Amino acid sequence: MDMKVNYRQPVLPPQAQVDEQDEALIKLIQTGLPLTARPYAELGKQIGMTEEQVINRIAYLNESKIIKRFGVVVRHHELGYKANAMTVWNIDDDKVSQLGACMGEFDFVTLCYRRPRRLPDWPYNLFTMIHGKDREHVLSNIDFLIKKCGLSTVEHDVLFSTQRFKQRGAIYRKQ
Amino acid sequence: MQSLTDIEKHVLNDFQHGLPLVPRPYQALAEKLDTSESVIIETLKKLKDNGFVSRVGAVFRANSIGASTLAAMSVPEQEIESIAKKINEYSEVNHNYKREHYFNLWFVLTASNEHELNAVLDDIELQTGYPVMYLPMIEDFHIDLGFELDFNTNLNTVGAC
Repeated sequence: MDMKVNYRQPVLPPQAQVDEQDEALIKLIQTGLPLTARPYAELGKQIGMTEEQVINRIAYLNESKIIKRFGVVVRHHELGYKANAMTVWNIDDDKVSQLGACMGEFDFVTLCYRRPRRLPDWPYNLFTMIHGKDREHVLSNIDFLIKKCGLSTVEHDVLFSTQRFKQRGAIYRKQ
Repeated sequence: MQSLTDIEKHVLNDFQHGLPLVPRPYQALAEKLDTSESVIIETLKKLKDNGFVSRVGAVFRANSIGASTLAAMSVPEQEIESIAKKINEYSEVNHNYKREHYFNLWFVLTASNEHELNAVLDDIELQTGYPVMYLPMIEDFHIDLGFELDFNTNLNTVGAC
């Protein structure tokens, strides 16, 4: 299948270095903290670390940007944000960083990634996830983005989701 | 949405990033909302039970500790349900959506490394008979501070640029 080879470039960026203890901690915190008074102590007990060690390691994972965000993870759909559109853009390679940075600052943009094009089937190289209460709301957010970041001449497409088959947190390390 | 209490709204909105790294983090949140630790814990449990909160914890940067990718397939409309079901069975798949496009099935896969990720993609192609378009992240432009929830009005075009 020629298509498949074409669809599999390029390789992923290198991964961060984490030690064995980090691995154990990641395995525990990927599914969430215990909802008890001393959650870090409780996690530590399970993997032979003290409360202080757990706190320090999470702080390290935060500082080294391995953890992007540490807090309450909400489910948008359940909270009334019924519409979401993956909005994709075909941006000149020399402008993608600048425009990506502009789009990534809006709070209704919940993801903003550069990804490879797959020509000829897929010309888009910047992917933004836009949430809203309904379609109209999402489209008005997209218009707002076009205006604020100067995207009126940029080719784009709006892929609304029409059915959610699965949504849960990622499992980085199998239990 | 009307049924949410003020405490619930604050718990949902105010602590999406920067959960305190102190021995009693929920006590620290309680102090900010002028309530008790047990109210915070019970509120989080309730919000989790009714599906508003997925978890309290870490969102990892894509590809920092594992390998993940967005993937897309173009499948006939009459087969999409059964193919989506097959794809859902992989524990590596965490999101799976039908979208309005020629590429109508979009899913996100996460594994501990690229080798495992590729093996799953190969297997999905084998099991479904359709090629998978592989779209790994190259660069992340999003500063993730969570999502400002609007509990009242219809529009939420807050942002800076």
